[in-house]
Amino acid sequence: MRRLYYEITESLRIAFAQIRANKLRSALTALGVIIGIVAVTLMGTAIKGIDVGVDRSFSGFGDDVLYVTKWPWKDNSQDWWNYRNRRPIRHDYARQVNEWIADHPAGALKLAVPTANRGTTIIRGEYRLNNIWTMGTSADYSRITRSEMKEGRFFSDFEAHSGANVAIIGYDVADALFPGESALGQTVRIRDQNFKILGVAARQGSFLGLFSWDSMLAMPITTYRRYYRVNDDGEIRVQVDIARMAVARDELRGLMRSLRQLGPEKPDDFEINEQGTVRAQLDPIKNGIALAGLFITGLALFVGAIGIMNITYVSVKERTKEIGTRKALGARRRTILLQFLIEAVSLCVIGGVIGLLVTVGLTAVVAQVAPAFPLVFSIGLVLLALGASLLVGVLSGFLPALAASKLDPVVALRYE
Amino acid sequence: MITPFTPAATRSVRPPGALVIEIEGVTKLYQMGSETIHALCGVRLTIRRNEYLAIMGPSGSGKSTLMNMLGCLDTPTAGRYEFSGKNVASMVDDELADIRNREIGFVFQTFNLLPRSDALHNVELPLIYAGLGKAERMERAHQALEDVGLGDRVHHRPNELSGGQRQRVAIARALVTRPSIILADEPTGNLDSKTGVEIMALFEQLYEKGNTIIVVTHEEDIARHARRIVRLRDGLIESDAAAS
Repeated sequence: MRRLYYEITESLRIAFAQIRANKLRSALTALGVIIGIVAVTLMGTAIKGIDVGVDRSFSGFGDDVLYVTKWPWKDNSQDWWNYRNRRPIRHDYARQVNEWIADHPAGALKLAVPTANRGTTIIRGEYRLNNIWTMGTSADYSRITRSEMKEGRFFSDFEAHSGANVAIIGYDVADALFPGESALGQTVRIRDQNFKILGVAARQGSFLGLFSWDSMLAMPITTYRRYYRVNDDGEIRVQVDIARMAVARDELRGLMRSLRQLGPEKPDDFEINEQGTVRAQLDPIKNGIALAGLFITGLALFVGAIGIMNITYVSVKERTKEIGTRKALGARRRTILLQFLIEAVSLCVIGGVIGLLVTVGLTAVVAQVAPAFPLVFSIGLVLLALGASLLVGVLSGFLPALAASKLDPVVALRYE
Repeated sequence: MITPFTPAATRSVRPPGALVIEIEGVTKLYQMGSETIHALCGVRLTIRRNEYLAIMGPSGSGKSTLMNMLGCLDTPTAGRYEFSGKNVASMVDDELADIRNREIGFVFQTFNLLPRSDALHNVELPLIYAGLGKAERMERAHQALEDVGLGDRVHHRPNELSGGQRQRVAIARALVTRPSIILADEPTGNLDSKTGVEIMALFEQLYEKGNTIIVVTHEEDIARHARRIVRLRDGLIESDAAAS
């Protein structure tokens, strides 16, 4: 046991002496591993980033909110006509749900708001933003959303009821229309109507074109209906007690059925959605990206491993006589095997650590330059990088090291 | 430190001690393509402690093969080989490595020092393989270098040492494990004659101090330093006699 310890420390000493002695060669070989580790860990940060990005994109919705809509949030190509012909989701349902909530304080439902939305073009002077997600809602909306206001305030009940021309805009909208100045109190134009900006929502970020709260405009639903959609159709968002999600669903379903006067034999003619449904649909995509990404970046690491194997073979060849000498002096097979294995592993781990540092640097740079692009660094990645480089070292170093350990001392000593 | 060459007549001969090496009927065959080469054809040899032996022979005589055999680097195709009573002929790689580590000190023609390690570490190396602790390794390596007259060169690397000094480091490395025999293969082959004489004087000293030495050489001058000369020819022992 003690002997093994001495052999390992001796092997480490030799390994570092060897790397120092062949700086260029070691650097070039390690470069393969560095690139591989950078590729794998960057991919890791990106995969982790997808999670965070999706979280971010969905955070505006709130995970304690149920959405009553005509359309289900899943593949609806099957029964398209069925969904299409459903009766509208009237915005007055929100008021009725709230009445029910007032009567049933112990229920799992907490607060309902009506929403309706469409894309609009927002104009301010020569600035023009096309297809901005524009939503009409009630003043209660500010209570169920997760997003904070960066400045200003949400519109009030009074403003909502009176149908004032006021609006709340997302961070990106404010940034695009009012670069370098405050949007508060300023006016934007939609079609031929002017709207006063009451507030700007705090930045949320988005991910890969998923919906972002940063590029939206919200106005009172009365105003919205007056100008953009005369028919009474939209959706209802109901904040619920998240601990009693299933109960809440049942309550809401029963309530909606009674509001829509569906007989017991009739199927639901509405859908109750939650954020989780959409996320569940994203999961297989996410996993697919992760798998493909890790496979492709793994190839880079594989190339690095071949480089290590090659250089270890060269090292064994060059030092055949030294191996002979060491064997003559009493080195066992294990000793020689360990020596070359540790050399390969050391090179790989050095490459791994450098690769990791490069990734940390790149992540920091990306975070500065493109904050919207989610790269998330974690301790798991450190372990992944070190584990991967260790594994690469062992796998690529083993065959050459085994060959070295099996050398016949007589032949090795005679080798020039 | 360096003693001049001692004429044969005045040299002391220490009484032979216990049996170290016993070889009987040792044969070694090599396969070279389709041809079988008989490097050794039934050699019989015994070496005792306190001997100073030279093995001589022209190239192709089987001298190197015999040396590899004696040094436990190789095992015979047939025959009996006992080292301190242990049967070497049937040993596997790692057992042979342990025997070499404990019982044999090698001195090579080309010194075979690790180029990137200083003298001290080169000498320390066999002790690492023996599993000795750092403190003892240091002490013994220092002592061994002291013994070969290099106490002031411990931190020099091989390329900072002369040929003679390098061979002294190699001898210190051979001595440091206190082996049963020191096996030197053409120890002066890569040295100029003056340095060669110095190295042979060192062997003389080591012999006087109680070491058992086997020198393999093809030079009569070198062989004459030994007390006993074994001459090989065509894989057989031609003569085995005390040095004149």
